[in-house]
Amino acid sequence: MQPVIELENFSKTYQTGEVEVHAVRSVSLKIEPGEFVAIMGASGSGKSTMMNTIGCLDRPTSGRYLLDGVDVRELDSDELADLRNSKIGFVFQGFNLLSRTSALENIELPLLYARPGIRAADREERALQALAKVGLAERADHNPNQLSGGQQQRVAIARALVSNPKLLLADEPTGNLDSRTSIEIMGIFQELNRQGITIVMVTHELDIARYCQRTVIMRDGRIVKDEPVISRLDATEELKRLDLEHQAVQLTS
Amino acid sequence: MILVATIKMAVRALRRNTLRTLLTMLGIIIGVGAVIAMVSIGNGAKAQVEAQIASLGRNVVLILSGNVTRGGFSMGFGSAGTLSQEDYDALRRDIAGVAGVSPEVRAFAQIAAGSQNINSQVLGVGADYIDIRSWTIASGANFTETDVRNANKVALIGKTTSTTLFGDADPVGQIIRIKSAPFIVVGALAPKGMAMFGNDQDDIILVPYTSAMKRLTGGTTFRSFSLQAMSPDLLSDVQTNIIDLLRQRHRIGPGRDDDFLVRTQQEISDTATATSRVMTVLLGSIAGVSLLVGGIGIMNIMLVSVTERTREIGLRLAVGARGNDILLQFLIEAITLSLVGGITGILLGVGSSRLLSANFGWVTLISPESIVTAFVVSAVIGVFFGFYPARKAARLDPIDALRYE
Repeated sequence: MQPVIELENFSKTYQTGEVEVHAVRSVSLKIEPGEFVAIMGASGSGKSTMMNTIGCLDRPTSGRYLLDGVDVRELDSDELADLRNSKIGFVFQGFNLLSRTSALENIELPLLYARPGIRAADREERALQALAKVGLAERADHNPNQLSGGQQQRVAIARALVSNPKLLLADEPTGNLDSRTSIEIMGIFQELNRQGITIVMVTHELDIARYCQRTVIMRDGRIVKDEPVISRLDATEELKRLDLEHQAVQLTS
Repeated sequence: MILVATIKMAVRALRRNTLRTLLTMLGIIIGVGAVIAMVSIGNGAKAQVEAQIASLGRNVVLILSGNVTRGGFSMGFGSAGTLSQEDYDALRRDIAGVAGVSPEVRAFAQIAAGSQNINSQVLGVGADYIDIRSWTIASGANFTETDVRNANKVALIGKTTSTTLFGDADPVGQIIRIKSAPFIVVGALAPKGMAMFGNDQDDIILVPYTSAMKRLTGGTTFRSFSLQAMSPDLLSDVQTNIIDLLRQRHRIGPGRDDDFLVRTQQEISDTATATSRVMTVLLGSIAGVSLLVGGIGIMNIMLVSVTERTREIGLRLAVGARGNDILLQFLIEAITLSLVGGITGILLGVGSSRLLSANFGWVTLISPESIVTAFVVSAVIGVFFGFYPARKAARLDPIDALRYE
């Protein structure tokens, strides 16, 4: 099988005024299908630039990026948009749901831009299926402001899943959530990963990265460490443990 | 992207901020409404003028006597009495392509019938006059050439005069006394309505010009001639021939001014319709300015909307919207604004011009073209003023847009 992500000597340089900023310097990285990778690093380490490039929102200054075997450098912006639409699902830190729009319609959004087009009835059916996958089927008609943060992020995950992408890209998906909800969200990711979807996630929280299989640590535009997660956490067990602790606290008080 | 879904999306986006949407539309509503109402007033006035010109008769040439200038004051055309019986005979004899000629003498006289006593205009004319000027006889008959030749005391009576003197009774066969001379009414004229300057064309009595000159004015010259050409194509030739003939008869040397004036109906109608056209254009363009302002309002709001929704645009781009999808989305929002505004404006314009006709008696004329034009123009405004904001949205960089606070 070919890798989902293949970066070869990828560099990205920004020109800010007179100064050239080397955001990423000649990075090579391969991510195989079914992997669950955390990209970590301090701000300015180049991890956001990596994510933007992996997400086909940006193109490399030099080097090659193959997404599922497609060389991104040769594509124009419309082709990039189509590629994002069909192969990548995005999950953001701030959820980025459309306000005053029902969960179901939020999830349908990527399908509106699918080529060839998808009929309204099919769009709705697929959105409902995606919503069921994140366990929110009964909230289809709710608007984002009627949902909790965790529920909103689940809707956002459903939106990322609805077009059956090869790759799920999550940018600090638990950044706006409390620790318990974060674990729930990581549980969803782990479950999706078990079903075969490749997930790449940017995070700066070490304990969140421990739910992944592999961590890539960046500093100053270079990968400084790329290793498997040794003592991997399982979200279901962690939640059970939390519940027990919680009960213990209640018993003692 | 699917068009229906885009339109739904646009409508939802607009409904999200109802008050703002309504206020933005108001600009277009008022603009379109004003254009429709103003143009309908202008067209109404134009139609009225055209109807009045038509009531003058068809292919009519007016020949007016020259004016007397006394102590620096011009007394107006017709006052000099330069048109004579001989001129009349010559016109009848020597001008080709003429359907009829009639001289006119005018008198304001006291008219009495039974116990009624009024002042009215008495026009002395030839037997051709009613045909030339498109009068029709409602009852009775026109007076004849013989009546003219013999200066018989016969009269045709206008509707208003008839009603004043006889009420609803048929005036034919009645005796009226004009300046105490008894005339017999031989025919009643069908009503014609108001003339261009608001005077009542039906307040009139027509008598043979011979009778009028002999018994009422005592003059020997005519105020004017009305002449009818056989076809519109002949009008200008006839006009030239008349001028040549009269200059020759009046012995006017080259380079000297005419002592008469020849006007064709075409010239009169051109002047009048030009005036009303200027009015329509003026009213329409004032209203058009408000339409333009409405369009700028749309652009303004769309720009605000694009800025406010930068993150939404970023998200759409991230999940696979092409630049053109975003462009279309915002363009459709702008067009929806302007079209809904435009349709409401059309209704408002039609309503207010109806109201003007009903309450103030203004003649208004709403042409289907002006409605279609208003509709198209408001769509064009949407496209024109929506394009720049939409393009701005479409050209956003997805990364910057997603990061926008």
